[in-house]
Amino acid sequence: MTKALSIKDLCKTYDNGTQALKGISLEVEQGDFFALLGPNGAGKSTAIGIISALVNKSAGKVEVFGHDIDSDLTNAKKQLGLVPQEFNFNMFEGVEQIVVQQAGYYGIPRKEAKKRAQPLLEQLGLWDKRDAQSRELSGGMKRRLMIARGLIHDPKLLILDEPTAGVDIELRRSMWDFMQELNREKKTTIVLTTHYLEEAESLCRNIAIINHGEIAENTSMKSLLAKLDMETFVLDTTGLPAELPQLNGYEVRVRDENTIEVDVHKGAGVNGVFQELSKHDITVLSMRNKANRLEELFVRLVENPHGGQKS
Amino acid sequence: MNLVAFQTIVVKEITRWTRIWTQTLLPPAITMTLYFVIFGNLIGSRVGEMDGFDYMEYIVPGLIMMSVITNSYGNVVSSFFSSKYQRSIEEMMVSPVSNWVILAGYVGGGVLRGLLTGLVVTVIASFFVDLQIHNFWVVISVVLLTSILFAIGGLINAVFAKKFDDVAIVPTFILTPLTYLGGVFYSISLLPEFWQGVSKLNPIIYMVNAFRYGFLGKSDIQIGIAFGIIFVFIGLLTFFAMYLLNRGIGLRA
Repeated sequence: MTKALSIKDLCKTYDNGTQALKGISLEVEQGDFFALLGPNGAGKSTAIGIISALVNKSAGKVEVFGHDIDSDLTNAKKQLGLVPQEFNFNMFEGVEQIVVQQAGYYGIPRKEAKKRAQPLLEQLGLWDKRDAQSRELSGGMKRRLMIARGLIHDPKLLILDEPTAGVDIELRRSMWDFMQELNREKKTTIVLTTHYLEEAESLCRNIAIINHGEIAENTSMKSLLAKLDMETFVLDTTGLPAELPQLNGYEVRVRDENTIEVDVHKGAGVNGVFQELSKHDITVLSMRNKANRLEELFVRLVENPHGGQKS
Repeated sequence: MNLVAFQTIVVKEITRWTRIWTQTLLPPAITMTLYFVIFGNLIGSRVGEMDGFDYMEYIVPGLIMMSVITNSYGNVVSSFFSSKYQRSIEEMMVSPVSNWVILAGYVGGGVLRGLLTGLVVTVIASFFVDLQIHNFWVVISVVLLTSILFAIGGLINAVFAKKFDDVAIVPTFILTPLTYLGGVFYSISLLPEFWQGVSKLNPIIYMVNAFRYGFLGKSDIQIGIAFGIIFVFIGLLTFFAMYLLNRGIGLRA
């Protein structure tokens, strides 16, 4: 089956000599929900810019649903919807005007565009604001407006570059539901970049991590998380003695007078931690992961790109 | 050609300049009224005749042309640069709109504003002078072609502009002097021969004179040459604008 997105040996060197991409290759299957992660300056936005014709590539090949961006750019663009990281609409134009105009650029007549815009704006909670100038919207509304604009032509591939940045938790959750529904019901392939790793972990099936312009990891979310050989838990306790006792098989560190951190290796289970603590009359009041699982892996991959795992 | 996209860009442009009509349509009306009152009525009555016409009658075509040039150019340069500045130009760049359509759409918007301003100035002029039209088709074709030419020029300026100052530099330091020295207020036959030759290096002189010929039937320049020069400039600027858009100069990193 044709890949939704195929990138081969993609390179980008900016005029100032910065090598943003050093020959990355990756493929996204049709219908996938794909995470593209990496620290700031890793090359994610450059890659997205090249795919969406906002940045000139230095070398390599990009195909969107089989349409090469060098030889068949018009058709490649027709398949693609982009929700960029920065607000990039005219601040003096109205909400509905922005969305309808975008449809016009894709050749959708005004009447049809207005028909499409209404349910989309309603679904994203912007219909009541349709006549407001975009500069009057809150940050969350502006993000949703960019999603509406990116979807008005019904793209087969939607690229979301940090769509929930600066959005409150409630709205972020509703945007997750929206994206999941889009992927599930309309079979829209979604490529997501985000700094909220919890977001990538709960939404995406496959993942690529870019670091210093190179792919550090490209696999399924499941197999990536399976690589996690150790998790760190934070335990709030009572009865913690002044001198920390040894817990057999576990590495323990004191955080403050009532809190400890325990490293648990994969397969060791957490029951043993409780048993060991009980032996020393320490009661566990609550327990939580120190970091999101993906976050732990991400930090390891980015800090140690060749080793990946921390021993 | 994606006609819907072309129409979308033109409508967007019309919506923009009608929304800010106090900045776009009103100022030229006021400025030109002052020109008519001061240069036409007060000073013009002392100047007497120019090339056999009342001074007021003589300068009207040039003043109309001046407002058309300024507004066609100004609309595209400020709108396109503003789209670049706010990055809303990316809306078009990610979509399948061809560069031809982008150029045509912006030029269309600029031409319509230029022509509307020209019409407003013409209506104002009719209060001061009994306007005669010698050749209607020359008037229409010259004003349209000149408007297209300067709208393309505005787009090229906007492509290169990196800050708002860059948008003002060309109109202030190049366009205005060329327009004032382009025979709007005088016939170049009044100048010594050397300066007549220098004046003929100014492309605006051809447009103003061809336009004046359409009204008065009198021109310092042969009409055929004037049309030829306008077409050559349109061709060159279109080619250059397309080259810039295709290469993404000033638009894509």
